[in-house]
Amino acid sequence: MDRIYNIMEVLLPFSWISYDFMKNAILAVLIITPLFGILGTMIVNNRMAFFSDALGHSAITGVAVGTIFGITNTNISMLLFAIVFAVFLNKIKRRKTVSTDTVISVFASLSMAIGLVVLSRGGEFAKYSALLVGDILSISIQEILMLFIILILTLLFWLFGFNRLYAISVNESLARSKNIRAGLMEDLFSVIIAMIVMASVKWVGILIINALLILPAAASRNMSSNVREYHLFSVMISVFSGITGLIMSFYLGTATGPTIVIISTILFFVTFFIKG
Amino acid sequence: MKKEITRMGKKLQSVKMQEAACGLHCLQIKNISVRDGDQTLIENINLHIHCGKITVIIGKNGAGKSTLMKAILGEIKHEGSIEFMDLKDQSMEKRLTETQAQPLRIGYVPQYINLEKNTPMSVYDLFASYISNIPVFLRKNKRIYEQVCQQLSIFEAQDLVDKRAGDLSGGELQRVLLSIAITPVPNLLLLDEPVSGIDRNGMQLFYENIGKLKENYDLAMIIVSHDFEFVRRYADHVILLDKTIIREGTPEEVLGSQEFHTVFG
Repeated sequence: MDRIYNIMEVLLPFSWISYDFMKNAILAVLIITPLFGILGTMIVNNRMAFFSDALGHSAITGVAVGTIFGITNTNISMLLFAIVFAVFLNKIKRRKTVSTDTVISVFASLSMAIGLVVLSRGGEFAKYSALLVGDILSISIQEILMLFIILILTLLFWLFGFNRLYAISVNESLARSKNIRAGLMEDLFSVIIAMIVMASVKWVGILIINALLILPAAASRNMSSNVREYHLFSVMISVFSGITGLIMSFYLGTATGPTIVIISTILFFVTFFIKG
Repeated sequence: MKKEITRMGKKLQSVKMQEAACGLHCLQIKNISVRDGDQTLIENINLHIHCGKITVIIGKNGAGKSTLMKAILGEIKHEGSIEFMDLKDQSMEKRLTETQAQPLRIGYVPQYINLEKNTPMSVYDLFASYISNIPVFLRKNKRIYEQVCQQLSIFEAQDLVDKRAGDLSGGELQRVLLSIAITPVPNLLLLDEPVSGIDRNGMQLFYENIGKLKENYDLAMIIVSHDFEFVRRYADHVILLDKTIIREGTPEEVLGSQEFHTVFG
C-alpha cells in the first residue's frame, strides 16, 4: 500500500495528495467511476434508471435490517437485502401484466419507509444521515480492496456476458431463439447492480448514486454511434467527472458526490448541444 | 427491381449453407394450449409442418397469434408438445418443455426491436451480439465482421454493416433481422407480422426474399400476416386462428371459407 501511496505522490505533485484520506478517495474514485460508466450504458439502454434508483433507496432498509438483527457490519446486511430486493424486482418486471414502474415505485417507497422508521426510532436518525449524501473521504483501505474485487467480478461478467445481455435488451424473444437464457442473465445483471450500488452507496450517497450511474452513459449516448464508442466515452466522462469533482470538493469544502454530479451534468449538456 | 431479385437468387445459391428443402424434416405441434390464470389464450392447436413449406397464420387482433409464436419459441408456458422429426436418419427428437435441450433450431424475426433513435448501436453490434460471445464493446473482431457481412449479403444488406441501427429504414432493418434469424440456418423460421412499417416496394422485396429462402434453404416457415395478397401468392398452408384453429387449408380454401368471412367481415 505504501508503494501505491509513493507512486501517487510522485505522479500527482499537488499539496492535497499528502493527505492519506485524499489518496484513498482518489483510489476509490478510480475504481467506482469506471464501474458506473460501464454499467450505466446497459442501464440506460434497458431503461432501468428507475430500477437502479429503487435499489439505491433500498440501502437504507438494508442498514435497518442490519440493526434489527444486531449485525454490526451493515455492509453485509445491505448487500444481502439488496440482492434479494433486486431479484424480487426482476420477478415483478417480468410479469408484464402490471405496470412495472408503478409496482417498483410501490416497493421502493415501502422499503425506504421501513428503513427510515426503524432507523429513526428514538430520534437517532442523525447518526445515519451520512448515508444520504455519502462521504468518500472516510473510505478505508479494506473497503477499497472490496471495491476492487467487485470491479474484477464485474469486468469478468461483462467480458463473458455482455453480448448475451445486449442481445436480450434488443429483443428478448430473438435472444431466446438463439438459446440465450434471458431470465438468468437479467438476474445476474441486477445482482451485479445491487452489489455495486451497495458497495459504493456509503461513499457517494443514496440521494445521488443513481445520477452517477445514469449521467455518464446518457452524455456518452449524445456523441457515440456504436457500442464501442458508447463504452469508451461513458467511462472517460465518468472518471473525468469523478476526479475533478473530488479535487474541486476538496478546495471548495463541499460534499464530493454532489460536486461530481454537477460536473457530469455539465458534460451531459455540453455533449447534448454539440450534437444538436 | 426484377434484376436485383435475380441477382439475389444467384447469391443465395452461391452462399447456400444447406441443401434445399428435402421434405424429410417435419415438425409436429400437438395440442398446444396456453392459459393465463383461468383465462384461455389459445387451445388445442395441432399443426404439422414440413420443411420447404410456408404456413401463414391469420386472425384478428387478440386471436392468439403472437401467443402461439411465443409458445413455439418456448418463451411462455404451454401444454402439449412440439416434436421435430428428421426422417432422413430416422431419428426423432422431442421437445416437451422449454427446460429440455432444444435440438430444434428456431429462427425468429420479431415485429420490432428495442431501439431508440439515438441508441449507439451499429448493425455490426446488433448482429454480432447474437452470433458470438466475443464482447462487442471491445475492438471489432475481423472474423466475425466478415461473417456478418457475408450473411448480410444474402439479402443485399452488406453495405449497412457500419450504419447505426436507428438510422435504418423499416425495410433495411427487416433484412438485417432476417439475416440474423438465418444465422445459423434454423429448422423453423418464425416471422411475426413482418411487414408492418414497410413501404410497398420494401414489402415486395421482402416477399421475394421469403420466396428465395423457401427455394434455397432447408427450413419451414410460420408467418403471422395480415396481408391477404401475400397469403394468396406465397402460402402453402393457411391457418385461421381464433383461440383455436377454426379453419385451415390452402389459401383458396381458407380465404373463400364461411369462417374467414365471419371473422373478417
